[in-house]
Amino acid sequence: MSDASSTPQPRHIPDTLGTRWGRRLRSWETLLIAVLIAVFTINALSSPYFLNAWNLSDATFNFTEKAMIAFAMAMLVIAGEIDLSVAAIIALASTAMGHAATLGFGTPALVAVGLLTGLACGAFNGLLVARFNLPSIVATIGTMSLFRGISFIVLGDKAYTEYPDSFAFFGQGYVWWVISFELVLFAVLALLFWVLLHRTSFGRAVYAVGNNPTAALFSGIRVARVKFMLFLLTGLTSGIAAVCLTARLGSTRPSIAFGWELEIVTMVVLGGVNILGGSGSIGGVVLAAIIMGLVTFGFGLMNVPGIVMSIFIGLLLIAVIGIPRLVSPQSRRVE
Amino acid sequence: MGLMKKLMLGAAAVSLMMTGAAQAENKRIALVVKALGIGFFEAAAKGAEEAAKELGDVEIIYTGPTDTTAEGQIEVINALIAQNVDAIAVSANDRDALVPALKKAMERGITVISWDSGVAPEGRMMHLNPSSNPLIGNMIIKLAADNMPEGGEVAVLSASATATNQNTWIEEMNKVLPNYKGITVVSTVYGDDKADKSYTEAQGLMKAHPNLKAIIAPTSVGIVAAAQAVTDAGMVGKINVTGLGLPSEMAGHIKSGASKSFAIWNPIDLGYAATMIAYNLETGKAEAKPDAEIGMGRMGNVKLDANNEGAMADPFVYDASNIDAFKDIF
Repeated sequence: MSDASSTPQPRHIPDTLGTRWGRRLRSWETLLIAVLIAVFTINALSSPYFLNAWNLSDATFNFTEKAMIAFAMAMLVIAGEIDLSVAAIIALASTAMGHAATLGFGTPALVAVGLLTGLACGAFNGLLVARFNLPSIVATIGTMSLFRGISFIVLGDKAYTEYPDSFAFFGQGYVWWVISFELVLFAVLALLFWVLLHRTSFGRAVYAVGNNPTAALFSGIRVARVKFMLFLLTGLTSGIAAVCLTARLGSTRPSIAFGWELEIVTMVVLGGVNILGGSGSIGGVVLAAIIMGLVTFGFGLMNVPGIVMSIFIGLLLIAVIGIPRLVSPQSRRVE
Repeated sequence: MGLMKKLMLGAAAVSLMMTGAAQAENKRIALVVKALGIGFFEAAAKGAEEAAKELGDVEIIYTGPTDTTAEGQIEVINALIAQNVDAIAVSANDRDALVPALKKAMERGITVISWDSGVAPEGRMMHLNPSSNPLIGNMIIKLAADNMPEGGEVAVLSASATATNQNTWIEEMNKVLPNYKGITVVSTVYGDDKADKSYTEAQGLMKAHPNLKAIIAPTSVGIVAAAQAVTDAGMVGKINVTGLGLPSEMAGHIKSGASKSFAIWNPIDLGYAATMIAYNLETGKAEAKPDAEIGMGRMGNVKLDANNEGAMADPFVYDASNIDAFKDIF
C-alpha cells in the first residue's frame, strides 16, 4: 500500500527475496547453535554429572526416536501438511510387532512387520489427504484415534513382553563404546533426509508444493503424489521409531509413545520450519532435537519438576518463533 | 538472542537454587511417582520426608514426569542413574517398560524398589503393595457390617465386569462373608467407572431391593455416584454407602451421612514405608528375598512373599473424625 512509487530511488528487484530468505534461514540455525552451546554450558556448570560420556549417551535416548519422525514431519510441514497420527502409528506398529513376536517371529521378521505397519498407516493417511483431499489435520486426528484404538482393542490392559533377546539391540544396543545404535541411526537418517530435502528435485518439489500448490501443479509437479510420498515417509519413520522404542522398552502397551506427536511438531517448529509451510531445513530440526533432549536431561539432572521443563520448552518455542517476527517487520517496512 | 540467554540463565539460576542444598554424605533416595501434581503422590512425598527426618542422614529427591507415561518416567530414571543416587523407589506407569531402565540402575549399584504400582520382578528388588487383596476384601465388608449390627442386605457396585482389581477384591470379600453373620450380598452391578452409569445402577439397586442397608463400591467413581444417588433418593440414614474412595471426593458425603466410613490406603504411610524400606536395603540392614522381613519404622515390618512382594497394612479407614485432615491431601 505505502508503495515507493513516488520515491525517486531505484527499487530492488525481488530476486533479493531469495537470498534474504536464505540468510534468515542461516541465521536461524546460528541462533539454534548459540542456544545449544548455552544449554550445554549451563548444564555442564550446574551439574557435576553432566560431562560424563555414559550420561550424555543416556541423554541421547531422550530425542533420537522422536527426531527420526521429526525429519519426515519437517518435510511434510514444509509441504503444507501435517501428520498428527505418528505416535498412534508407533502404537499400532509396536502392537503388530508384539503380536508377531508371540507367534514366534524372529528379529528380522519383527523389524519388517514394524516397518510395513508404519508404511501401511502412512499410505492410508496419504490416501485420505492426497486422493480424497481431506485436510490433513482432520484426517490424521481421525487416524490417530483409529490406529491407537486398534491397539487398545487388541491389547486392552495387557502387554506384549515376549520379544527375542536379539531384538533389544535396536533400542539398547551400542555400536561402539557409548555410541548407541539409535544415535547412529539418527545420524544416518539426518543425512538421508538432508540429501532428500536439500539436494534432490523431490526436495525442491516439496518446497514448491508448500509455497503454492496451485503454481506447483501448473509447473508440472504432481502435487498429490508428492504429498502421498511424504505421508509414506512419516509412516515409515514412525515404523522405524516403533522398532527402536519397542526394543528399548522391551514391551508394548497401547499407551506407548502417548503424546509424542506434539513433541515432534514442537521439534519441527523449534527447528525453524514454518508451520504454514514453504520453508525450513533438516539442519534446524537436528539442532532442535538435540536442544530439547539436552534441556530435558539437564533439568532431570537437577531434579527440576517436569512441569518446569514443559514451561521452559513452551517459552523457548514462543521466543524462537517470536524473535523473527519482532525483527523482520522493521526490516520489511523501513526501506 | 539476548532474550534467549536471559531465559536460559534465569532457568538455570532457579534450578541451582532448588538443588543448592544437595549434600554428598547423605543417602539420596529418589521417590519417583507416576506424575507430579497428583495429590496422592504429594502426600506420599510428605511421608517420605517424615521418614527422612526420622532417619537423619537421608535426602529425598521427589520427582516424576509431567504426565503418566512410561517414556517420561524412563527419562527421569536415566537422569537419576546419571546422578548416581543411592536408591530409587518408583510407582510405575508401566509394569514392563521400566524394566530395562531399572535393570541398568541396579547394575550400577542403585537400590531399586517399587511401591503402589509395581514393576515386573526382574526390574526391582522388592515391591510394596499398599495393602493386600484379602485385607481389602475383608475391609470393605467389615465397613458395611460395622454399621449393621442386626445384619441385612448389601449390594456391590463395582467398576467394569472385566476390572481385574475389583473382581479380585469382591472374590476375597465373598470368601470372608461367612464371618459376618446375617449379612447377605443380594446383587453385584457394574457402573464401568463412569459417574452417570454408576448413578443409574445405584438407583436400580435401591428400587430392586427395598430392604437394602448398604452399598459397597470398591471404586472411587462408584462410591461417589452411589452416595449421590442415595442422597438424591432421600435414603440417607437408611442406606449406608461404603467401599474404597478418595477423601477429597467423599468429604461431603461423610458430612451428610450418606457414607459413614470408607477406606483407602494412606499415601503418607505408603511414602514413609517405601522410604524406610529403600533405606534399610541400601544400608544393608535388610535383604530383599522371599520370606524376609523388612522394617518400615512406625509401620512395623513387611513380610515378602515368593515374588519379593509385600503388603504394608490394612486399608486406612476414613470417617467423620479424620476426613477434614485428609480431604485437602488427595
